[in-house]
Amino acid sequence: MTKTPTTEPRQSWTFSREVNAEIRRAAATGIYDIRGGGAKRRVPHFDDLLFLGASISRYPLEGYREKCDTAVTLGTRFAKKPIELKIPITIAGMSFGSLSGPAKEALGRGASMAGTSTTTGDGGMTEEERGHSEKLVYQYLPSRYGMNLTDLRRADAIEVVVGQGAKPGGGGMLLGQKITERVAGMRDLPVGIDQRSACRHPDWTGPDDLEIKILELREITGWEKPIYVKIGGARPYYDTALAVKSGADVVVLDGMQGGTAATQDVFIEHVGQPTLACIRPAVQALQDLGLHREVQLVVSGGIRTGADVAKALALGADAVSIGTAALIALGDNDPKWEAEYNALGTTAGAYDDWHEGRDPAGITTQDPDLMKRLDPEAAGRRLRNYLNVMTLECQTIARACGKSHVHNLEPEDLCALTMEAAAMARVPLAGTDWWPGKGQF
Amino acid sequence: MQSLDMATTDLREVNATLQAQTSASNQTEWVIDNPRGAHAVAVGLDTPISVTVRGSTGYYCAGMNAGATIHVQGSVGPGVAENMMSGTVIVDGDASQYAGATGHGGLLVIRGNASSRCGISMKGIDIVVQGSVGHMSAFMAQKGTLVVLGDAGDALGDSLYEARLFVRGSVKSLGADCVEKEMRAEHLDRLADLLERAGADAKPSEFRRYGSARRLYHFNIDHADQY
Repeated sequence: MTKTPTTEPRQSWTFSREVNAEIRRAAATGIYDIRGGGAKRRVPHFDDLLFLGASISRYPLEGYREKCDTAVTLGTRFAKKPIELKIPITIAGMSFGSLSGPAKEALGRGASMAGTSTTTGDGGMTEEERGHSEKLVYQYLPSRYGMNLTDLRRADAIEVVVGQGAKPGGGGMLLGQKITERVAGMRDLPVGIDQRSACRHPDWTGPDDLEIKILELREITGWEKPIYVKIGGARPYYDTALAVKSGADVVVLDGMQGGTAATQDVFIEHVGQPTLACIRPAVQALQDLGLHREVQLVVSGGIRTGADVAKALALGADAVSIGTAALIALGDNDPKWEAEYNALGTTAGAYDDWHEGRDPAGITTQDPDLMKRLDPEAAGRRLRNYLNVMTLECQTIARACGKSHVHNLEPEDLCALTMEAAAMARVPLAGTDWWPGKGQF
Repeated sequence: MQSLDMATTDLREVNATLQAQTSASNQTEWVIDNPRGAHAVAVGLDTPISVTVRGSTGYYCAGMNAGATIHVQGSVGPGVAENMMSGTVIVDGDASQYAGATGHGGLLVIRGNASSRCGISMKGIDIVVQGSVGHMSAFMAQKGTLVVLGDAGDALGDSLYEARLFVRGSVKSLGADCVEKEMRAEHLDRLADLLERAGADAKPSEFRRYGSARRLYHFNIDHADQY
């Protein structure tokens, strides 16, 4: 007897297994999903760009022989003491509280060995971080947790945080299990409660107020320290222009792939723009104001390789910043902890419940036993190695494009693999001299 | 008595001069004339000097004060004594928004009224307002004490943590998770001490105490309508 052919069971694209699982989770718990990290969805990114390299009209520089400089100075506009970095890659702000003390120490060690800066986060400045960071940027956040005059004056730069790419318009959240006695003490909160970090600053609203706030910070610190303004990738042209109008020395621009310690998944995946879409409008704003390169632009959100660094610089950034990638270099999501990730219902590479404080790698935790798993000296060396590799990769590309400084990379060195990337980066679609928005095909 | 005249001395020089004083300095009494609404006057002072400002100031007067006594003989703009660590700030007139915002310590006395969000996100500062305060005062206040001799506007103490609020007059409405609490002897003692230090003419027994119900300390979906 012949069996009648049947159709294969077909999963819906709209109602995928992942979507259905989230519906069931929401129905069971009544609360939205909270997680760490940045956007996981596929968005146009640096992978969609390619460098053209040298040709008859442009000659390359010799690798290992001809110099390709990587130094960058941040804060040249008003600050008496700009920050001089050996490489154009900085460590992004990440909070003590979300991260353990040893993890902050490791970031400081690695960044300092590579000749770059690290950044505090919500929750204040720790001795581990200050002590091991040659250059430390002190974030001035809406919560003002741990904010104090002494730390403000022993910082090398101040970063006024207006927003971040993972959640433009959102505040922070640190659940009670990570509010240990030390974390609570630094934040002036009771031990063990869920704490919220405010989404907007308590004592200023709008660019006119921000200008006065920056004046106050400069007066307190004797006009010595560069003032950065960090914005999420919401309206990059206008936000950059307003940050400059408010008196920023440096604009830090964070796209939606930039990570957070914890917020709602719906926020991370559905608010804000991809990093690639943010850079050109921000650069355009600086150029329109005649301040490109005088006000430095630092781009973050999904930077992973020296190629990403080179592409961000070619689009007009002065430097980039890494957060998630730095944590991975320290040991976050390492497959060697796979059994423990499985026990938490996840797998290495996908672990993002950083807010729960049970990180097997001992990085996003305040659990004393888990924290011991991270050796800050060894982790710092890994971060240094990774930063060095990214710098070498960036130099390799720059030399291939004939550049004696990585800042000499330019949009004309790039082409795009997709229409979307061409439109966002405003570079030609590969094989053409056209991008969407530029004349006729 | 040392004098700085802002009619002839710019802000940078005024602040740099005051910030340069050390605990070993014998120039402990300072007067600033003609502030004319300037912003960021007498900010970041970290020695126990005394500064009298003869006139009104703009934003962030006495910002991040850490030990100085600053007396403004006028009114102040937004964010007076913001993030104060220690010391005393006295305002003879009124204060605009965010007075004492995020202050970690010290005493802020406002002899007139304070506008909205007085004591927002306060972290240990004590604030005594001899007049009334505007809406959303003590929003997300974490630690410290807010004393109001007059009335409080809408949503007093919204999303309050462990700060203590005392109001002598009426409260238009309480914010999320803020409730009236029993006034015990320890609170009366605390209030008496603050009123005395602020030079305020009021009896502790005339006040009512407000604090956190602590229902929002851990996220609970059943409380979502309160957020």
